[in-house]
Amino acid sequence: MTVLEQPGTHAPAHAPSWRPRADAAPLLPDAEPYRVLGARPDAPTGTKTKATRARSTRTGTTRAGSARTGATRTGTPRAGTAGRDTGTSGLAGEQVAAAPDAELLRRLYAAVVHGRRFNEQATALTRQGRLAVYPSSRGQEACQVAAALSLAEHDWLFPSYRDTLAAVARGLDPMEVLSLLRGDWHHGYDTRRTRVAPLCTPLATQLPHAVGLAHAARLKGDEVAALALVGDGGTSEGDFHEALNFAAVWQAPVVFLVQNNGFAISVPLAKQTAAPSLAHKAVGYGVPGRLVDGNDAVAVHEVLTEALERARAGGGPTLVEAVTYRLEAHTNADDATRYRADAEVEAWRAHDPVALLERELRQRDLWDEEAARQVEEAAEEQAAALRSRMNQDPALDPLELFAHVYAEPTPQLREQAGRLRAELAAEATAGQTNEYEAGQTDAHGAGQTDENAAGQTNENADGQTDDAARRQSVTGEPAAGGAGGRTGEETR
Amino acid sequence: MSTAVRQPPKAGGADGRKPATLGQALGRALRDAMADDPDVHVLGEDVGTLGGVFRVTDGLAAEFGPQRCADTPLAEAGILGTAVGMAMYGLRPVVEMQFDAFAFPGFEQLVSHVSRMRNRTRGRMPMPLTVRIPYGGGIGGVEHHSDSSEAYYMATPGLHVVTPATVADAYGLLRAAIASDDPVVFLEPKRLYWSKADWSPEEPEQVPGLGRAAVRRRGTSATLITYGPSVPLCLEAAEAAREEGAEGWDLEVVDLRSLVPFDEETVVASVRRTGRAVVVHESPGFAGPGGEIAARVTERCFHYLEAPVLRVAGFDIPYPPPMLERHHLPGVDRILDAVARLQWESGWTRQQGEAERGGGAG
Repeated sequence: MTVLEQPGTHAPAHAPSWRPRADAAPLLPDAEPYRVLGARPDAPTGTKTKATRARSTRTGTTRAGSARTGATRTGTPRAGTAGRDTGTSGLAGEQVAAAPDAELLRRLYAAVVHGRRFNEQATALTRQGRLAVYPSSRGQEACQVAAALSLAEHDWLFPSYRDTLAAVARGLDPMEVLSLLRGDWHHGYDTRRTRVAPLCTPLATQLPHAVGLAHAARLKGDEVAALALVGDGGTSEGDFHEALNFAAVWQAPVVFLVQNNGFAISVPLAKQTAAPSLAHKAVGYGVPGRLVDGNDAVAVHEVLTEALERARAGGGPTLVEAVTYRLEAHTNADDATRYRADAEVEAWRAHDPVALLERELRQRDLWDEEAARQVEEAAEEQAAALRSRMNQDPALDPLELFAHVYAEPTPQLREQAGRLRAELAAEATAGQTNEYEAGQTDAHGAGQTDENAAGQTNENADGQTDDAARRQSVTGEPAAGGAGGRTGEETR
Repeated sequence: MSTAVRQPPKAGGADGRKPATLGQALGRALRDAMADDPDVHVLGEDVGTLGGVFRVTDGLAAEFGPQRCADTPLAEAGILGTAVGMAMYGLRPVVEMQFDAFAFPGFEQLVSHVSRMRNRTRGRMPMPLTVRIPYGGGIGGVEHHSDSSEAYYMATPGLHVVTPATVADAYGLLRAAIASDDPVVFLEPKRLYWSKADWSPEEPEQVPGLGRAAVRRRGTSATLITYGPSVPLCLEAAEAAREEGAEGWDLEVVDLRSLVPFDEETVVASVRRTGRAVVVHESPGFAGPGGEIAARVTERCFHYLEAPVLRVAGFDIPYPPPMLERHHLPGVDRILDAVARLQWESGWTRQQGEAERGGGAG
């Protein structure tokens, strides 16, 4: 007897392969941007009450709050429902209830003041022609600084071109960080040693790198998380989508921080996406999406620290949308007055990350004029040091252009290096400049051109580039062997 | 979509060196590389349980586990992008792109990051990753399954571009590509996946490394410069050429093996001996590899040449549908027609060629 023969007895079944996968609700805990600074109406006293207030601000509803706790603390977003049953929500509530630590407040304050001064100095350097361009993060210092300070020693940072400050705040040499924007090389710091990936210019393309690196670290059993930075515009890129999806499927220990600064150059968020929020995008991947006030350094720091901890503990990726504002134009070459009103900028100036921290310190009676003055002075010294170093012309070695294209330069590159060397020599003879002469004795890979310098003056000898090392293939082939071995041209 | 998949025939044979297919040699190279180096990871679409649509990764997931031979989400930019991150952490990823035209979404990662990372970081962050791409036509594939995309990769500084034509090279070049600290675009001629040779996986023969061309057939009349899927075709044309022309042509066939680095010396030596050259490839002729090769040969062999360097290439059209592809692909007749146009009436090079050959062919 079949179902068709028994009308009314048919219980609609799910499509055969359908099965429930994950509860989406716990993935989106924040009804509005999570704040810590100024979020408590009864400040400056009563930390317990403040925390409770902060908590409700953060979660919107109690149910969602505990659900989020389940999702983020248990390390299995897909088991969000189970998380509610673990009884961890109360515990997590206690943790969250801690008022911002005074020491952390002072640290963040010093860092944003330094960051603000760094931004101002870098922008000034573009006017003096010392930087080719500077995409300023002025107004976004809370995100930049919190990102850097939330990282553990072995974590990796994957910045975009607007995130120079995050790299500097992590302790990198500002001169090295600014190499890309100064234009003396595309990248200036040791990525492996600093665990800061190169500042990435093509939007969102570094996000899959962060996923792959974090995944590799996990495969090797290392407790390492990666923090990848992207803007609101970057969330429209395909690489953003693919990175989120790979991270979720692999449960890679990576945190994506979207600095929603309102504009992709001139295009406002409304023309970028119809999503309810950028944090919502996380849900489609089965990833928790946090929404945080991006000018509240304490809140961003807390959310990122928590997400990174969860990632390191095997809990998978998190997407964090930090709502902030780019106070400067896109770069020094942009004119922001063409696409936004002064009133909007002024509203954000009133919500300045430096001012928010200062207000908190004052309200908590932690403000110390002398300490603040010292922070200002230190920031000024840092800016002055950067200025004076930037005013030195960089040592450039044109022949280095050939040195790092491959592990070993190809014969064609050696020949081209020889040609450039000859041009430089001719220039020197003409008394135009001497600076490349250091390059003549370079110690780079293209130094191979030394033995082949004859290449350009000796073209009729075929620039025959006998490089036994290149010939010594990884297959263990003897230098002169092989079916394609030299023929009549061997003797010149 | 992978409508054009055929199964490799079973290998068999009575003697020690059994016939193996090019596809099997590639699989063995992956297996041996993974066994030798725990940092070698294979990732791509359908490379795990299925063993890849061409079965090149067959058995790897079973032997090394799903983490080392990983089925990824279906997103080529994501595959290549995550492979960059894995390489940054010290792994040696081998990525499989399912078909040449499906590799295009990964192009930005390849051009903007894979090819530049070493240069950008002044050598501190090399990209030891291999991108395997089945390429070329002749298998009756529907649209997007038969492209020859080597010109794009050749035009990208920082990439090595390698393509085997023999079973021994399939193994040897893939091992070399994986061992290389530079990124290698490893182009696998689809139509040769099932080509066979006597080859022992236990004692794979040594082959020249990356950046070395090989003279596959010695000859005196003219040089056919080719690579990948067109190598067997050129050897066939060379055999047929013995019966052509007034006295028959004795054609030399150079298999480039590696498009980047380009082994100019082997090519130039050959053309200087023969005095004539034809470049043969499937890729469209306009702005294709043949143009670059012809220019370099002309620059270096001008006084040795009896005729302009000619090209036999695919037409400058989008790859045709399978029922028409035979009209597009270079064939023996088209190659012989080109050889016939090498200004044989001049007759000068023949004597010159004899003299040169007496001098030092080796």
